[in-house]
Amino acid sequence: MRKDFLSRLLRFLVWAAAIITMSLLILLVGYILINGIPHLKASLFDLNYTSDNVSMLPSIINTVLMTIISLLIAAPIGICSAIYLVEYAKRGNKLVEVVRITAETLSGIPSIVYGLFGAIFFVTVLGWGLSLLSGAFTMAIMILPLIMRTTEEALKSVPDSYREGSFGLGAGRLRTIFRVVLPSAVPGILSGVILAIGRVVGETAALMFTAGTVAKLPKSILSSTRTLSVHMYTLANEGLHVDEAYATAVVLLVIVILINGLSSLVAKRLGKGE
Amino acid sequence: MEKIEKTDMIEKKDKFTIGNLDLYYGDFHALKGINLNIRPNEITAFIGPSGCGKSTLLKSLNRMNDLVEGCRITGQVLLDGEDIYGDMNVNLLRKRVGMVFQKPNPFPMSIYDNIAFGPRTHGITNKAKLDEIVENSLRSAAIWDELKDRLKKSALGLSGGQQQRLCIARALAVEPEVILMDEPTSALDPISTSKIEDLAVELKDRYTIIMVTHNMQQAARISDKTAFFLLGEMVEFGETDQIFSVPKDTRTENYITGRFG
Repeated sequence: MRKDFLSRLLRFLVWAAAIITMSLLILLVGYILINGIPHLKASLFDLNYTSDNVSMLPSIINTVLMTIISLLIAAPIGICSAIYLVEYAKRGNKLVEVVRITAETLSGIPSIVYGLFGAIFFVTVLGWGLSLLSGAFTMAIMILPLIMRTTEEALKSVPDSYREGSFGLGAGRLRTIFRVVLPSAVPGILSGVILAIGRVVGETAALMFTAGTVAKLPKSILSSTRTLSVHMYTLANEGLHVDEAYATAVVLLVIVILINGLSSLVAKRLGKGE
Repeated sequence: MEKIEKTDMIEKKDKFTIGNLDLYYGDFHALKGINLNIRPNEITAFIGPSGCGKSTLLKSLNRMNDLVEGCRITGQVLLDGEDIYGDMNVNLLRKRVGMVFQKPNPFPMSIYDNIAFGPRTHGITNKAKLDEIVENSLRSAAIWDELKDRLKKSALGLSGGQQQRLCIARALAVEPEVILMDEPTSALDPISTSKIEDLAVELKDRYTIIMVTHNMQQAARISDKTAFFLLGEMVEFGETDQIFSVPKDTRTENYITGRFG
């Protein structure tokens, strides 16, 4: 009898936990949608930001630019270092351990720390000021370990029999990596890159210290820019445009959901091996 | 290469000359003092229980063991009199000594690209030439008729037996002199197995074939010479008929009569 009660209680508890998790998500998304959608106006997608019309289009464009530049910096370095770790380094190599521990530590650091580092190093020491470039480099450092680790896992999951087959035909290491191993690892690498995009799109703290908050289209790579997340933070923080902040949140939410969906779609589609 | 062999017909030289070969994986002494000569245009079978070193020896003939960390080799392996562990370029060695693996391992690309991978690696880019190589290789592997209409399809969609014949075709496409087969039929059904066996017999006119097998009937059916290995040593080597009818060593006899292994 007691056992029966206990198991029913446990079942209720896990059920309740699941319901709480789900309803929190629904509540959050619903709250943002209800408060945001009514304030979505065409004028919010104007190319010019003014203090009266807090258009988010410049910020959306800035976000895209920020993402592209930081990926251009981080993806090659991350992918190449993963290639080194998996394909070149010998097992038990000290350097591999060091690189791996470094990457793991880096991915555990709060983003504000990256922001402070960027503010000191890129903004001040290198003199790039609050700019797209400083922000992109800071973001690149932040997503580098993520891209490296996911690429490493993707490369490891390529069966050794492919490598053997390629070597057995007289192909060198470089050809084996670029023609056989990398193409098979593309789905994994891509899903890492998409996760990294999500990080950049969602980042605020680190960017405020490095890219600044100017909500206009950048004139050059050294112009201060405001990404969408920062834009939303600023609107909410200033307290003058809370409605527009909600509208921005809707757009941000949609973008993030799209990126996540794309990520799992890509992983599923390519993961099946064509 | 074929031309050279024809002029050499009178004095047919050994394809491989293996002298005092010792191989270590770390502290493990995997091959002990192997001496073996392999004749061209024959099928040589390596038999023996698991872990006896037969696959290890096979892989040291095209230096696939280089990929294994902690692997150390002493002694000599000569291919047409040239030391393969000397100055020879390992990629060119593997072009001359092709390999077919235990599990079919087609690349995740089209059938055509699988076959063309090797020739492209060695610098052939001419489309017409590649087409010709692909067709000839698939014909040699007796799989052209089955695959000619789906060359652009992924090789991963083929059956296991077809995949293995594709892998043989892929090995043939770089015009090797020797083909190493590492238990090529162990993952296949009986019908596919017999196709691969027929193929091996057909191919020996043009290539030297060395095959590791767990299946003694297979060795008896198709090989000309058989080498029996036990615990890293080569116990006996001779004509297949002799090994299977009147083995000289009692250990060989015990193994082929199924008393262990």
